[in-house]
Amino acid sequence: MDFIIWYKIILCVVVFAVSLGIAAYMTWGERKIAAVLQDRVGPDRAGPFGLLQPLADGVKMFMKEEMIPSKSAKWLFILGPCFFMLTACMTGAVIPWGSGLTINGTTYPMQITDLNIGLLYLLGVVSMGVYGIMIGGWASNNKYSLLGALRASSQMISYEVAMGLAIIALVMVTGTLSLKEISEQQDAGLANIVYQPLGFLIFIICAFAETNRAPFDLPECESELVGGYHTEYSSMKLGFFLFAEYINMFISSAVMATLYFGGYNFPFQHELGIEGNWLSLLQTVFFFGKIIIFIFIFMWVRWTLPRFRYDQLMNLGWKVLLPMAIANIFITGIVMWMMGKLN
Amino acid sequence: MSLTNRIKVVTKREMTLAEKLYFPAILKGMAITFSHIFKKTPTIKYPDEQREFAPVYRGQHVLKRDDAGAERCTACGLCAVACPAEAITMESAERKKGEENLYREEKYASIYEINMLRCIFCGLCEEACPKEAIFLTDRTVASSFTRGEEIFGKDKLVESASNPIDISKRQTASVLEFKQDKKHYHNRTFKDAKPLKKSSH
Repeated sequence: MDFIIWYKIILCVVVFAVSLGIAAYMTWGERKIAAVLQDRVGPDRAGPFGLLQPLADGVKMFMKEEMIPSKSAKWLFILGPCFFMLTACMTGAVIPWGSGLTINGTTYPMQITDLNIGLLYLLGVVSMGVYGIMIGGWASNNKYSLLGALRASSQMISYEVAMGLAIIALVMVTGTLSLKEISEQQDAGLANIVYQPLGFLIFIICAFAETNRAPFDLPECESELVGGYHTEYSSMKLGFFLFAEYINMFISSAVMATLYFGGYNFPFQHELGIEGNWLSLLQTVFFFGKIIIFIFIFMWVRWTLPRFRYDQLMNLGWKVLLPMAIANIFITGIVMWMMGKLN
Repeated sequence: MSLTNRIKVVTKREMTLAEKLYFPAILKGMAITFSHIFKKTPTIKYPDEQREFAPVYRGQHVLKRDDAGAERCTACGLCAVACPAEAITMESAERKKGEENLYREEKYASIYEINMLRCIFCGLCEEACPKEAIFLTDRTVASSFTRGEEIFGKDKLVESASNPIDISKRQTASVLEFKQDKKHYHNRTFKDAKPLKKSSH
């Protein structure tokens, strides 16, 4: 077999393992950050600083009794979390993790596949994630699950519109849908946040809503809906739902870093005097640094803001973010026309 | 007139633009939560570290022995009388020949029970005791599965002769001085009592 295939397979496995590993440690990070923000200690029993806590949680999840409601649609019930997990894991494929590794004189990109419609792929896969929740919630045959699933799907669909429009303005600036090219452009010029501050604001709000994170965690609000769409789930199927949320968070952090904050590039990277593989690895480190900052913001917001009411959520999505996103497209177009960049 | 000057008149009005944007308020909230990162946690990680007890802490009781190892308690019942929760019961017995090394005086408590569920740890028993026999210590009463286990008998209350329990925190110099003061009735013993006046008829 060709080396390139082996390289891709290894890259696939590494990306998969890293996103699972990071998601696992995000559960630890979430609890620790929540604790620190509330003047508590947080998990500290399993290992130093509670670092083995995700492992213990995983074991716990696997050991729990598996319950499938007798009146549920059994196959759909099982399909729901699998689908949610699958879509969460699929998104990592188009994200460029570094500029490229040079092995035996050939440069291989640190990206599983460089689709020329990478952004569209991302949007498509992310919007497919809602089916996992919908199927799971519907198949549970439980009113709380159904209401949670209903909320989740309407929320995700509403905010996808504004998110897509925010990305359109970005695509107008970059002129490409390939994430690799967007990253490279930000190496040559400034980070896209400079050109699209409003677009980024809309995007990050929509990312919060898409990942069902607070203040948009209505689908699983415990106080009203027991557990929302995963009320009837137990054992590792529940684990999949919770885990996929963290993977989604990791991926949307990576997407935000790629689209608006220069991707794997970092300031003065070409003045450092290192080149080739070392530079690429350093870029990956910086990229993960950016991702971790975004993850921290996700958690920081969660432990600050209370949950939106349902009508407030819909108002914000359709009456505020959508007009703002459209205005952003117009402003971007006018500014580009005035600077003579349209042709 | 206002007593505290903290009255805040609330009116229902339209929100200003800055308030409608939410962002100033959100950023303010996030600044508050962020500032908590640098604050010290008040948590005491219990099994690893233990909270420091106050020097006057009143915990599980102890029945002391004297220097020779004999029980000080004479079953006078003053502690049971003083107890506001009626947690103390006792039965007295007479010391037999050959038991001088076990009990300090001629009478002793054959049964001495404190119901730890009733006890309010006020320390009045210790104050009432003329023989310096009962003291509250800085030990906490262990929890149990049944109520019966919470009635502590002599087996749990009397200190072991080889391992005396330190009560110096409770029996300070001023306490000892107070105990010697015969002005107070409860410090008087039989010897201190004045002979009764003979009545005229």
